[in-house]
Order: sequence, then C-alpha cells, then structure tokens
Amino acid sequence: MSYACNVRGLSKCYRVDRSAPRGRSGYKTLRDDLTRLASAPLRALRGGPDGRSEEFWALRDVNFEIQPGEVIGVIGRNGAGKSTLLKVLSRITKPTAGRVELNGRVGSLLEVGTGFHPELTGRENIYLNGAILGMSRREIARKFDEIVSFAEVEKFLDTPVKRYSSGMYVRLAFAVAAYLEPEILIVDEVLAVGDMAFQRKCMGRMHEVGRGGSTVLFVSHNMPAVESLCTRAILLDSGTVVQQGDVREQVAEYRRRLMGALDGQQVALADLDAPGRRLKVFRSVAILDEHGEPTNHLPLGGEFRIRLTLDAARAVHYPTVTVGIDDNLGQRMISLCTPLRNPVIETLDGTCEVECRVANFPLAPGEYWVKLGLATPAERIDEVERVTMFTVLNGDAFNEGRGIHQGVCVAPTAWTVEPKGR
Amino acid sequence: MSMSVDTPVEPRNAPRAGAGAPAGPGHAAHVLIVPPKGFQPLDLPELWRFRELLYFLAWRDVKVRYKQTFLGAAWAVLQPLMMMIVFATFFGRLANVPTGGLPYPLFAIAGLLPWTFFSTAVSGAGMSVIGSERLITKIYFPRLAVPFAAVGASVVDFVVSIGLLFVMMAYYRVAPGPGLLLLPVIFTSILLTALGVGTLLAALNVAYRDFRYVIPFLLQIWMFATPSVYMQVDAPPPAAAAPAADGAQAGAAPAGGSDGRAADAPAKKGPGRKWLRAVLALNPMTGLISAFRAAALGGPIPWGPFAVSTACAGAAFLVGCLYFRRVEDGFADII
Repeated sequence: MSYACNVRGLSKCYRVDRSAPRGRSGYKTLRDDLTRLASAPLRALRGGPDGRSEEFWALRDVNFEIQPGEVIGVIGRNGAGKSTLLKVLSRITKPTAGRVELNGRVGSLLEVGTGFHPELTGRENIYLNGAILGMSRREIARKFDEIVSFAEVEKFLDTPVKRYSSGMYVRLAFAVAAYLEPEILIVDEVLAVGDMAFQRKCMGRMHEVGRGGSTVLFVSHNMPAVESLCTRAILLDSGTVVQQGDVREQVAEYRRRLMGALDGQQVALADLDAPGRRLKVFRSVAILDEHGEPTNHLPLGGEFRIRLTLDAARAVHYPTVTVGIDDNLGQRMISLCTPLRNPVIETLDGTCEVECRVANFPLAPGEYWVKLGLATPAERIDEVERVTMFTVLNGDAFNEGRGIHQGVCVAPTAWTVEPKGR
Repeated sequence: MSMSVDTPVEPRNAPRAGAGAPAGPGHAAHVLIVPPKGFQPLDLPELWRFRELLYFLAWRDVKVRYKQTFLGAAWAVLQPLMMMIVFATFFGRLANVPTGGLPYPLFAIAGLLPWTFFSTAVSGAGMSVIGSERLITKIYFPRLAVPFAAVGASVVDFVVSIGLLFVMMAYYRVAPGPGLLLLPVIFTSILLTALGVGTLLAALNVAYRDFRYVIPFLLQIWMFATPSVYMQVDAPPPAAAAPAADGAQAGAAPAGGSDGRAADAPAKKGPGRKWLRAVLALNPMTGLISAFRAAALGGPIPWGPFAVSTACAGAAFLVGCLYFRRVEDGFADII
C-alpha cells in the first residue's frame, strides 16, 4: 500500500467498425442493431464480433507503479496510447483487462474549462467548474480570490463568459484547475493554452503542485517541459510500455526512436490511426536537405524540403495540402499551403509525390513538429498531427559571422549607412 | 501564487478517512479500477458524495434556462397556465367533460402541473447525457448525476408553478383538505417515475440517437394515455354520473368507490373499453395525477390506483437506474 498508483496488466481494446464511414458518424442506429439481431440473433446478443468490426488494442499489458510524491512523465508518439491510459486512470473509460489501484484523492485534468457554460458569468463558472473537478463549495469559496487573481479577470467576474476574449476564457479555465489540490493529479497536454506569458505561469504552478507533495502524472509532447517537471518517465509505444525510469534517458530514447526511425528514411503514415483521418491519403513523409537526402537536422536559414507521398482511394478534386509547423509548445510557427489559384493538383487519384521547398527557412534554432492536412473546398479529408519532427541547428545563416540568440525567426538583412557629416 | 498563506496540509477535507489520507468531498481516497462486469448496484453513497456536483448541475440548468428571456422564471407558470386555458376552452366548455363538480380550470391545472413537471423532467433527463458529451469524455463523476440533475432542475420549476394552483384555489374558494399532507408523498412517486423513465431514455439515447426523436413523440402519446390530465377517467360516464354526483360532497366524485361502477358500465359497451381501461391502469401517471388532484383539492384519495402506481414508480426507478448503470461504462467510448 505504499504506492500512489499501481497498474497491473492493463489493456484496453476498442472495436472499430470498418464498414461505417470514417469520422464522427460512428453512432449505432436502432435499425442497425435490430437488423443485426434479426440476422444473427445469438451472435448479436452475445455481443461477439460480427465480421465487420476489428479489434484495436490501444493499451496492451501495461505495468507500472508510482510512489507518492513522484512526478512522472508519460511520453510516446502519436497513437502510443497515452490518452487512453489517462482516460482509464481518470475512470472515464473502463479497461478491458487488468487492474489499477490508486491511493489518494484523484484529480484529472484532460482539458481546461470542462463544463464551462457560455451563458454563465465568470463567477458562476468558477463554482460550476470547481464542483465538476471535485472541489467542495467551501473549498472553492476559500480559493476564490486566488483563482480570480491568477486568471486576471477581476473586472469581468459578472460578465457571461461568452463575452470573454478567448485568452480570458482560457486563463479563467486554467486558473480553476490550477487550484485543484488532489493527492494524485493526472494532466494531459493542457498547458499549451494562452499566450507565452500565461504558459510560463502555468508551468510555474505545475512546479509548485509537484513540490507540494502531490503525485503527478503528466502527458506532454513538450520534452523540455517533461524534463524540467518530472523525475521519472514512462515511454509508451503502440500501447505497451517500452521502458521506464530516469526522465532524461526516456526522453533521449523517445527522441532516438522518433529521429532514428526517421533519419535517413521516410516516416510511413499508411497505418497510423488518428481522429482526423477520414481517408488515409498521406502515405509517408520525409524532410530533406538541400541535396534531397532525408534528414532531421537543418542548418539555420538553409533550404527546407518536405516530400509527401499521397495515395487516394477515391478521386479527390482540387485538394489543398497544408504542412503546419509547430514549436514544442504546440504553437503554430508557419503554415505551408499549396496555392488556391492555379492549384498544383487538380484531381488526386492514385499515388503521387508532392514536394515543398522553402529556400531560406526562417525559423530559429529549436525543435519543430510537422502536422499534415489535406482538404478540398468542401471537406477535410485527412489530418495527422505530429507526424515527424526536426531540429534547426544554430549556425551562421547569412555568412554574418554569427548565429542567432534571440527571436523566433531569421531573415536576411541589408544594412546601409549614410554618413550625414558631423 | 501566494501558497505561503496556506499551510500545505491544511484541513481542506473532513478528516474522516483517519489513516492520513483525507477523503475529498467528491473522490474516494482509494480507487480500484477493473474491467466492468455485468449489472452494477446503484451506488447511492457515491452519489451522495457528489451531491454538490448534482446541485451545481441542476443550478446551472435552472440558471441557463431563463437567461436572456424577457419573462424569466414566469415561463414556469405561463406554460401550464396557457395549457389550462386551451383545455378549459375545449374540454371544459365545448366537450363538457365531467369534473365531479369542480370548476374545470381548477380541475385542469391540478392535473397539468404534475404532468408538466413529469414531461419536462423526462425530456430534460432523456436529452441530458448526450448534451453533456464534453463532461463525460473528459472527467469522471457518477454518470447518474447528469439525468438526476436535469430532473432536479424541473423540480425547481414545479415548486414555482405550484403557487399558481394555490392562487387558483383561493380564487375559486376551494379549501385544501387534510389530503394536502399527502402531496409530498404523491410528488415523490411522480419524481421516482420521472427519474426512472428519464434515466432509461438518457442511456438509450447515448447508444441510439433515434431516441432524440422518440422522446418528444413518446411524451405526447403518454399525455393522451394519461386521461387524468384532461378529464376524469375514473368518474362514471355521463349517463351514470347523475346519481354518483348526487352523493359526492364538495364536488369531487368518490373516485375510489366509483371504480367498480365505472367498470360495470363500459362492460356492456363491449370488451374494447375494458381492455383500454386495463392498459390505462398500467400507466402510473394516471393514478398518480388523480391522487395528486384529489389530495390538493380535497377529494377522496383513490388509494387503490395510487398504490399500484407507486409500485410502478418504484419499479420504473429501479429499472431505469440499473439499466443506466449497466451501460454507463461505455458512454465515454460511444457518445
């Protein structure tokens, strides 16, 4: 009983209906179930597989233990099972097999502002959201002033939140969550909200929670944040624990897997499941250097090339391809889109390769993530986040005898000096 | 932040767990998560621990319902009032429905108020879970709190609108009898029925969105299948009404006693009506609304139908909640 959290043989299986159209229309209808019942009564009643559905194991035999007061990072690539793990630990969904024991009051934060109602005022929403997060009315009343000053919304307390700016809304939402004082805190990537200053404030608050003796389970793609907050990390891949232990080793292994798998080759996307993939058009992606060789390290201000393989199962007319590049905090840095006028692809049917070049890539040294999107004027077809990452290395971009130390982007400059006499 | 003001381990919770780990108001200190297995018992202690959440969800529904409306909470009174006027015109004046000597408007409102409560509670609860998708996929709490809170919000409307009944009783100079004391019991039965039916529909609605369309339709049919809303089903038919009404004091027909005679009369008219009566008797709302009216307006309580309906109410509550508990584990995956 010394542990705060003990996970044994945890597995979660989803049934994916292959016959249903992809996307959000996965609801059963009464008619479907009635026809199923009529056509195969026994099988339908037993709820067994009916040939049309496939099993998808989001988690498979996951084991780990967390000691009280530990701050643990959960890292892994897309579809590794991080979100499912958090959902099971926060009791939102039930596991298919295995068991979890938690000792202590659990607070989970998979989203900020859950339950906020746009019609209610800031004051009312603080109470409502607090109650939803598991705080008592007395507890909220006691922390009320701190929440309000953290969110910086004193003047608008009695305004309905639907009239708030999006920044105010997010600050208020995070502030309520920040004053949750559970013994075990489960946090999904919710820190990527608000402006930079507010994010720094949120990270500061997370540090305090960790130091205050709470056990924290923290999921993030933001490796610097994981390294600075956590002492230990669990690396997940394809629903299983690859390894766990010292946070630096795990982050290094995560990067090695991510980059190593990529460096010198392309990333396959054909079998990657993600919510936005209505049709899996993106087959692979590779970042190339100026010679057309796959790489994940670019010199500052050098040429950036990205090559995508597309394969459409049905004809897609006038598709726009977007390559979004985000920083570690999930902030969009730049969007590279195919033009609307004179489209580069008129009809996508079958396989093709698309390459985009940026001659003087302007982003400052750091790590960046690539998101891909394909849409027609009528619908979104394929969206995949964080397909790959790359690093921009500091260097002498413009033959000026130095690299850069400040700012988020670089540009070639021309300086003139006109003597105006004395 | 100014953490320094608070001591880190201040008694933020009642120290009932004893062994160091303070139990929060909303969360148990020790949690075991295992795969679901069949029917779950109704976890009332857990629901009780989350009573503040229940309160806040109901409070939100009440607050939001009348935001940006000009008349505000007056709508709780206006809706049954307008229905009463329509009914009074058609059933009271044109169809001359027997009311056992009561002024028709008063007769109608005493049935409409509990019905309006039942109807808004069931439709509110039935839609509540699919309307709380964000909550259900992002945070844990006993899922029953959602439909229960929706019913709770309707209770507030009912309490506001009940004032209308007393105003009308004063206007028509009808004094409440001792049956008034029974009103809370009868209301509890209606509440249990609404909770049961609403919870069942809420759970079905998650898996089958068909129920979005079924619920309004079902309530409309149910209203016609509840004759006590618009006429007195247990009153003798007009031909036999005269002698029965003679014996009745203060207007109200002796509903319980008239059951036998009423059953005789339609028997002569063929098996169809008898069969219909049997079906109508299965509808718990028929007995509950008759009892509600009798208790409020001082008539004799129809004990027989009331007892049957109360049993039905309890059964509906159990069936609804158990089915809900059976399927709630899958809500986050399929909603």
